[in-house]
Amino acid sequence: MIQYALTFGFVAVSAALMMNLYRLVKGPTVMDRVLAVDTMVVNTIALIILYGIRESTTLYFESALLMAMFSFISTVAYCRFALRGDVIE
Amino acid sequence: MHDRFEILIAIHIVIGAFFVFVGSFGLVKLPSLMSRLHGPSKATTLGVGGCLIASMLHFGALEGRVSIQEMLITFFLFITAPVTAHFIAKAHLHAEVDPESELPPDEGRYGWSTFATMPEVRMASRESRSASGDRLES
Repeated sequence: MIQYALTFGFVAVSAALMMNLYRLVKGPTVMDRVLAVDTMVVNTIALIILYGIRESTTLYFESALLMAMFSFISTVAYCRFALRGDVIE
Repeated sequence: MHDRFEILIAIHIVIGAFFVFVGSFGLVKLPSLMSRLHGPSKATTLGVGGCLIASMLHFGALEGRVSIQEMLITFFLFITAPVTAHFIAKAHLHAEVDPESELPPDEGRYGWSTFATMPEVRMASRESRSASGDRLES
C-alpha cells in the first residue's frame, strides 16, 4: 500500500522537479529563476522525506533541514543582491 | 489498526505529492511572475506538509519512534515560505515594474509603501524642490 503511494509520490515530485527546471532555463526575469531554484529545493526536501519513508531511516532528515535553511538564506541573499546590488552594505 | 495507519500514510503521501506537482505546474503555466508566486508559496508548501505528516505517522505509528526533525522542517518551511515570496515579489516590483504606469493607484497619502520614502524625508524633499522651482509630483 505504502509502496504504491511512494511510487506515485516519486513520479509526481520528479515531474515537478523537471517543470521547475524548465522554468529555471526559460524564465524571462531573474526573479523567475530565483523562484524556480527555491521551489526546486522545496521539492528536493519532499523527495528526501519520501526516500526516508521508503528506507525507514531518519538519517536524511537533518540534511533536509539544512537544505531548507540554506534555501531560505540564499533566496533572501539573492533578492537583496538583485534589489541593492550588494548583500552586506 | 496497522492497515488503517498504512492507508492513512498512503493517502497523505498521495495528497502531498499531488500538491507538490500542482505547485510546479502552476510555476510553468501561469502567465506572470506575480501569479507564478502563488504556486510554490502555497501549493508546494502544502504538499511538503502532507509528506511530512505522512513521515511523522510512519515513524510514530508503525515503528514506534518519534522523530522531531519533521516538526522542525515543517515549522521552518511554513515560516520561511511567505517571507521568501514577499522578498521575491518586492524585488520584482523594484526591478521590473514601473510604479507610475503599471500599478493601480492607492487610497493612501504616500502611494505604494515599497516605493515611498519616509514621510518626513519626502515632505522635506518636496519643500526643497518647490523652493527650487521644480515640478511637484502629483
